[in-house]
Formats: sequence, C-alpha cells, structure tokens
Amino acid sequence: MWNPLPYGRGSVLQTMPDSVQLLRILPEVLLSVFGTLVMVLDAVASERRKHWLGILSLAGIYGAAVAALAAYANSGPAFHDMIAVDAAATFFRLLLLAIGFLVVLGSMSYLKRDHLPQGEYYALVLFSLAGQGLMVSSVELIMIFLGLEISSLSTYVLAGYRRDDARSGESALKYFFLGSFATAFLLYGVALIYGEVGSTKLAAVRQFLAKDTSGGTLLAVAAGLLFVGLGFKVSAAPFQIWTPDVYQGAPSPVAAFLSTGPKAAAFAVLLRVSFTVLTPSISAWNWVLWMSALLSMTIGNFGALVQTNVKRLLGYSSIAHAGYILVAFASRTEIGAAAAMFYLAAYGFMNVGAFLVVSHLSAGEQHVTLDDYAGLGRRQPALAALLAIFLLSLVGIPLTGGFFGKFYIFRAAINADLIGLAVLGLLNSAVAAYYYLKILVVVYMHEPRDDSRVEPLPAGLAVTLVLAAAAVFLLGIFPGTALDFATRSAAGWSTVLSAR
Amino acid sequence: MREALLNVLLLLPFVGFLVLLALPRRDHGLIRFTALFFTLATFLLSLPLARIPAAAGFQLETSIAWIATPPIRYHVGVDGISLWLVLLTTFLMPIAVLASWKHPADRVKEFFAFLLLLEVGMIGVFVALDLFLFYVFWEVTLVPMYFLIGVWGHERRIYAAVKFFLYTMAGSVLMLAAILWLYNVTNTLDFPEMLLRLQRNPALMPGSAQFLLFLAFFVAFAIKVPLFPFHTWLPDAHVEAPTAGSILLAAVLLKMGAYGLLRFCLPLFPQASREMGPAISLLAIIGIVYGALVCLVQPNMKKLVAYSSVSHMGFVVLGIFSFTQIGADGAVYQMLSHGISTGALFLLVGMLYERRHSLEISAYGGAATPAPGLAAVFLITSLASGGLPALNGFVGEFLVLQGTAEADFRYVVPAALGVILAAWYLLSLYQRVFLGEPAGELADITGRELAAALPLLVMMVWMGVYSQTFLPKISAATNRILEPIELRVESAPLRSRFGTTDHAR
Repeated sequence: MWNPLPYGRGSVLQTMPDSVQLLRILPEVLLSVFGTLVMVLDAVASERRKHWLGILSLAGIYGAAVAALAAYANSGPAFHDMIAVDAAATFFRLLLLAIGFLVVLGSMSYLKRDHLPQGEYYALVLFSLAGQGLMVSSVELIMIFLGLEISSLSTYVLAGYRRDDARSGESALKYFFLGSFATAFLLYGVALIYGEVGSTKLAAVRQFLAKDTSGGTLLAVAAGLLFVGLGFKVSAAPFQIWTPDVYQGAPSPVAAFLSTGPKAAAFAVLLRVSFTVLTPSISAWNWVLWMSALLSMTIGNFGALVQTNVKRLLGYSSIAHAGYILVAFASRTEIGAAAAMFYLAAYGFMNVGAFLVVSHLSAGEQHVTLDDYAGLGRRQPALAALLAIFLLSLVGIPLTGGFFGKFYIFRAAINADLIGLAVLGLLNSAVAAYYYLKILVVVYMHEPRDDSRVEPLPAGLAVTLVLAAAAVFLLGIFPGTALDFATRSAAGWSTVLSAR
Repeated sequence: MREALLNVLLLLPFVGFLVLLALPRRDHGLIRFTALFFTLATFLLSLPLARIPAAAGFQLETSIAWIATPPIRYHVGVDGISLWLVLLTTFLMPIAVLASWKHPADRVKEFFAFLLLLEVGMIGVFVALDLFLFYVFWEVTLVPMYFLIGVWGHERRIYAAVKFFLYTMAGSVLMLAAILWLYNVTNTLDFPEMLLRLQRNPALMPGSAQFLLFLAFFVAFAIKVPLFPFHTWLPDAHVEAPTAGSILLAAVLLKMGAYGLLRFCLPLFPQASREMGPAISLLAIIGIVYGALVCLVQPNMKKLVAYSSVSHMGFVVLGIFSFTQIGADGAVYQMLSHGISTGALFLLVGMLYERRHSLEISAYGGAATPAPGLAAVFLITSLASGGLPALNGFVGEFLVLQGTAEADFRYVVPAALGVILAAWYLLSLYQRVFLGEPAGELADITGRELAAALPLLVMMVWMGVYSQTFLPKISAATNRILEPIELRVESAPLRSRFGTTDHAR
C-alpha cells in the first residue's frame, strides 16, 4: 500500500505508543475514564449522594480541558498520523468541553426535579464528549467515523432519556434511524475515497488530488456523500427534517447539548475536510455549500416563524444558524473558516443558555408553549433577563457574541465576493428577529396567567446561565482572544493549502 | 479632562443604568430621583460642549483600538452638527424623566433603566466615528425603545413595538452589508480614514456600486427619519409609546436618521447622492404635504403630532438634499428645533392624557378655562412648531426653503404649502382642545410639569431670536460636508438670475 507520509515519531513496528502520543489523546482518555467511573459508582452510590456523580463528571470535564491545553502545548500527530493535535483541534476540544460543562451543571437540578436516573446521564454526556473530541482531532476518515459513532450512540440514548415519555421515545427513534442512515452515507463516502486513493488519511487524499485530477468524479461523489452524512449532523438543509421533532421530544438539557455539541464537532470535521482537502479541488463543492447555506437559513427562519412550541422554535432556529455558518464555509477563505469557528462558539453558549432556561420552566417537559411564558418578566425577572440576553444574541444585537459572529461571517462572505448570499443572509436575520421577539413579547408584555407557579432558580442552573451569559457578552465585547485562536487555527489549514 | 468629555457622557448614563439595576425594586421614589440625578448630571457635564469653538474638523476625539481583526476602534468625536444633537439628547433626558414621574407606576425600575440605556445608545450614535461603533450604538437604541413601547405602552403596544423593531432591523441589516462592503474595499472601519481613502482613490468605488451602497445606507436612514413612504411605523410607535418614549422617539431617534444621511450618505457617496437628490427631494415634499394633510383630519392628538413629525422631518431631508450651504444649515437647525418643539408637544399631550386618559381630541374642549397655564404653554409650543417668526421653528424652515430655492425653485412652492398647513392644523388642534365650552374639570399645570416644560419654552425663544448661538458651528460642519466639488450647489446662479448680486462672470 502506498503511504503518503512516513509514520509519526514511532516506527511501524512500535506497538506501544510513547507518552507524548498518549498526552495528545489524554482529554478523550480522561473523559472515558471518568465516564466509566461514574457508571460504576452509580451502581453503588445511594440515591441521596447521586448528585456527587454530577460533580465528578464536572471534575472530569475540567481535567479534560486542562489535558487539552497540555496536549496543545505538545501539539503534533499521534497514533500513526490518525490523530493530530493542532490549534483547530484544541479550539474545538475546549469549546466542546465548555458546552459539556454547562450542560452537565445545568442538568443536575433538572434530573433531580423530574426524578430521572442521574448516573447514566452524566456518563453518556462524557462518552459523547469523548467521541466528539476524537472527531475534532482526527485526521483520518475511519477515526472520524469512529468518533462520530461514539458521539452519536450516546446522544441517541440521551434523546430518549425520558423512557416513559412517548415523545422522548419518538425523538430517540427518529434521531437513531435517520442518524444511522446518514452515517451510512458517510461511510460509503469514506469507502469510495479509499477505493480511489488507497488511503483514508486526509493528507494522502490531499496529495492524491494534488497529483492527479483525473479521478475527480469519483471523489466528487465521495465528497457529496460525506456532506450528506455531516450535513445531517449539523442539520443543514436539505437534511434538516429531523431537527425540530428531535429537539421537541428530547429532554430540554439534552436538546441544549444536541443542538450545540455534536453540531460543533460535525462542523469541525466538515471544516477540516472541506478546507484541507476538498475545497481547492472540487468546484461543485462550493455550489453545494452555497445552496445549502441559503436553504438552511430560509427553511429555518421561515419554519420558526409559525411555531408556538418554544423547543420546536429553537429547533428551527438552529437550522437557520447552521445556515449562517455554512455561509462562512461557502466563502472558502481563511477568514471564513475563522468566522465559522467563532460563530460556533458564540452559538454554543447562547443556544445552551436558551435551552437551559427552557428546561427550568418545563417541569416534566410540560409548559413549553409560548403561552406558558406569559409574564415571566414579572414572575422571575432575573431568569427572564437571562433569556432575553440569549435571545437578543440569537437575533444578533450588537455587544453580544451572536452579533459579532454574524458580523464576521458576513464580512467573510463579502470579502469572498458572495455579496448576494450575504445580503440574503442578512435579510434572513431580520426575519429571524421576528420570532425571537415573539418570545420576548410573551415574556415581558403579556400578563402572567393565574395558574403559573414561581419556581426558584436552583443555584447550579443559575451559575450555568450566568456563565453562559458572561461568555455571550465576552465574545461580543472582547472577541479578540477567541477570534485570534480561530484565526490561528484557520491559518494552520491555509499553510496546508498553500503547501500543495 | 476636557478631551475625555465624550467618554464621560457615554459612561455616566451607563453607570446610572447599572446603579438603577442594583436599587431595590419597591422604592419608586429613590429610583426616580436616581434617574433624575444621572440624567441631570449628564446634562450639566455636557454643557461645555456648547463652548467648543466653531471648527471644520472633529473635536474631543478619542481613538482607542478595540478589536484587532477587523480593525475596529473606539473612535468618538464631535463636530458642529453632532455636538448640538448630543446636547439635545442630554437636555431632553431629564425632561423625559420628569414626564414619567407618575406614569408608569408599574415596573418603574426597569423603565428608568431602559431610559438610561437608551441615552447611552443615542449619545453613542451621534459621537461614533467608527462605522462598526456607529452600527453598535444604532442597534443598541433599538432594544430599550422596543421594551419602552412594548411594556409600558398603550393598548396596541405590542404590535407597535414589534413593527418598530422589525422596520429598523430590516433597514439596518442592509446598512451592515454596505458597511462590510466598504470595509472590504477600504480596509478600514474608521470613518474619517475611510473617507480619506475613498477621496484619494475614487477607483475603489465604481459608480454602480456607489449607487447600491448609497441605497443600502439611505433606506436604513430613511426608515428612521422617517421619509415617505417609509413612515408607517411612526404613527403606531408614537401613539402606543409612553410619554417619555414618544418624546425621545420624536426628538432624538428620528434625528439619528437625518444625522446619518448628513454624516455618512453625502460624504461617502457624493455622486449617488446628487443623482438621487431630485427623487429624494420629491419624496420629502410628498412627506411634507401628505403629513400635513393627514394632520388636518386626525382625531387622535398623538397621531396628529406624529404625522406633523413626518411633515417637519420632510423639511430636514429637503434641506440636506438641496446640497446648498443654507439648506444644510437649515436642515440641522430644523432637526434641533423639531426636537425641542415636538418633544414639548408630546410632553403636553402626555400631560393631557394623564388627566383625562384619552388621546381623542373630541374628549377635550374648553380646557383653557380650568387650565389656563397648560393652555398658554400649549399655545406657545404650537406656534413654535408651526413656524411663527421669533420662535424656533421658523428659522429652520426658512433656511431650508431658502436653500431649496437656490437649488431649484420648483420645490419651494409645495414645500411652503407645508408651512401654511402646519399653522392651520396646529391652531385648529389648540382651538378644539382648549377653546369653546369646557368639557369638565381639568387640573392646571403643576410645578413638576412646569419644570419639565419651562426649559423647552426657553429654548424655543432662544433658538427663535438668537440663532447665532448655533449657526456658526453648524455652518462650519456642513461646509465641510459639502466640500467635495461634486456635491455642492453654488448659490450664485439664482442670485444673478434675480439680479440681486452683480457678479462679473
């Protein structure tokens, strides 16, 4: 078999990876260890001590974040060039861990209140995070596929976590069937690439394309299949159908996770694949991205206009946000890649925040229609203000991360001469303002209904929401650090690009 | 210290906003006095602005790097136009607070917090010299006003608030696209720097692009002004807003649109502005006459004042797009004067509403008998708004008409009709509300209300009799805006046509 690159630090014969290679996947290792630990302890812990499992998971996530930074300090390839720790991988690892941290912290009171089993929940989130961490740091298609499967299997279970709720079951089933179907597409694409190139390493594919352009058709088909598989995960049109149903049925904190974590990881893969391998070679790819971006924004925003269920509304809105991110993809430039990464970060915090507010208000997944939010501004001013911050960020009002993300995305689009797409996208975001305002109208301008109870905000959730809101403002007012990191990651890819 | 004045003016209301959020919810008195304190302090601190000498360029500039990529700077500064608009804002804020002393009585803390946040946004719009920063403040004004209308407004408040938000948002996203395009060709978001680069290298912006970019900015500003036919959000927003919201909406937020036209549209896109000038002037005239005609048949007081704004703001646009020095001076003067007199009208209508809880003109009548003080204030304000000489409205409208005449005499005749109609509908409003048989008891103006109204009356007279306080600085700034050779209409041809001056040509 033709090997495009010499193996990493070790020789072919070396079977035991050295310590630096282990360090490079330490975050995923830690997450798996803590996940297993939580499962084991769950069996022995008494019901009253179960919340310690959540705290243990938080410690695991925190440790993984530290490990991710340590790995970044020793960046490079590992495991025969299947894993590569670079700026992009680290950016996404940290983002995913931050999302995971907020979701776990925000779920603790939810699980307790609705009497749901706690142990498996945390373990599943940790495993899912481990899978996503693999996805974002792999540079080999089979590894990417494995990471995707690890992540997906956990999220299928999480979506159906309310076992006795038919909607939750429906959500899980839909997610599972459509998800498996989409992954099959992805795998088929990988197979085609292997058939053509003789390797599943991204570097090999890139070198193959640089040398030989005759095999373009088969690889174009493969690229299309990859896009189907990943497009499903990020809920990009036309593969978005499942999104509102799944988010509506899944427990709210799980929806918070589903709409951000797996999405960010799939986008990371899409970014890596399209920027390092496919974009320079296949021109149809650009057209596909352009159409998908426009369709996602339009379907998402216009679909959300008529929703009365808040979770469904946020589901449609997440399709629209995938569309904005695809606008950045369509620009095919370094700033486009950086813009997409920045937007994913901003979107992660604001969407987790919004869904967690929903989770607090929907005991037993009841009370999730707009009318149930009437007078929230009067009953719980602090919670309503936090919700308003997340929603205004989703609208894209300045000084929030959502605005700066949009600014950066559309700047990339205009810079790449995609003026039509940028204008359509911006008009779309004006349409979107309507349905977010619809929530705010109900929250602040309708009188509370008589039967509405005031449930105090649990401390853990309060901390989570304040952290998410702080992140939203931080990204909106001082975007420098995150932006530099994203730009550095994208620059890493473009040196790869120019090298060919 | 003086150099940092603008930063202080932006910071102080924001500090007030934070302080208000920290105050106990139930202590309404404390909340009101805190809001009054911060708005008054901001006003007093802003007074030195009036003593800035007339100069062409921007003054009191602060420019600090904010975001590295794209290079966004916190760049603020004022010139002879914006300094008056800032003063107008800080001057009206304590009045708006006084106007809200009794109403709303519900969620008082949030109300005043939003008012102060709105002040930050409004001042920011007028002082921002970085396009990104300008856009940030432009959008920041949207949120508090949305809540002010939507939470504390009248019956159809939600409809009005959402309409207000969406109209502005739809216009401003196009402006954002244009800003991004400009950044893309000039590589800067700093306004003076961008202008310089565009002037040095006109090839950066080809004619067709200039036209589209002009439209993108223009629509955003025209919605805000509001120029006919983009005005339909205004009557709804005004009628439904609480008194303070109406005052600030009419007096300051509308000026943001006109200010944007003058500050950004004309200098950035001189050719497109000139080409579109006649069409825009036509829209302005339609607005002037249409607004005035609607006022004549309007049974609702607030709606009447709102449509009179459409009419009066038409003069502002007409003056700007006359491209003459006098016209532009008049436009700015009219902006300030409209802010004072329409602000006062909304204040007075608010007082009437607090007394009888009706905005219908027919619910009143003969109010001058039980409330002579209120009637007197109302009469002076109506006359000022209608353009009686020696009061503020006259100066601006006269200058605008003179400038328009220099540019194209055909526009003056229908525009002057607007002045006549204004006197008609305002006096008829006064007559129907205050004269005739008294329709019941009506309390006269109180000390607090007089404290709110009196400064406005003083300004009306001041601006009417001594325009020299304001005009030299305004002229210096408008002169600079009209500097590009392709923009200015020279006044000489008209004068020589009428033989008043004898230039050797």
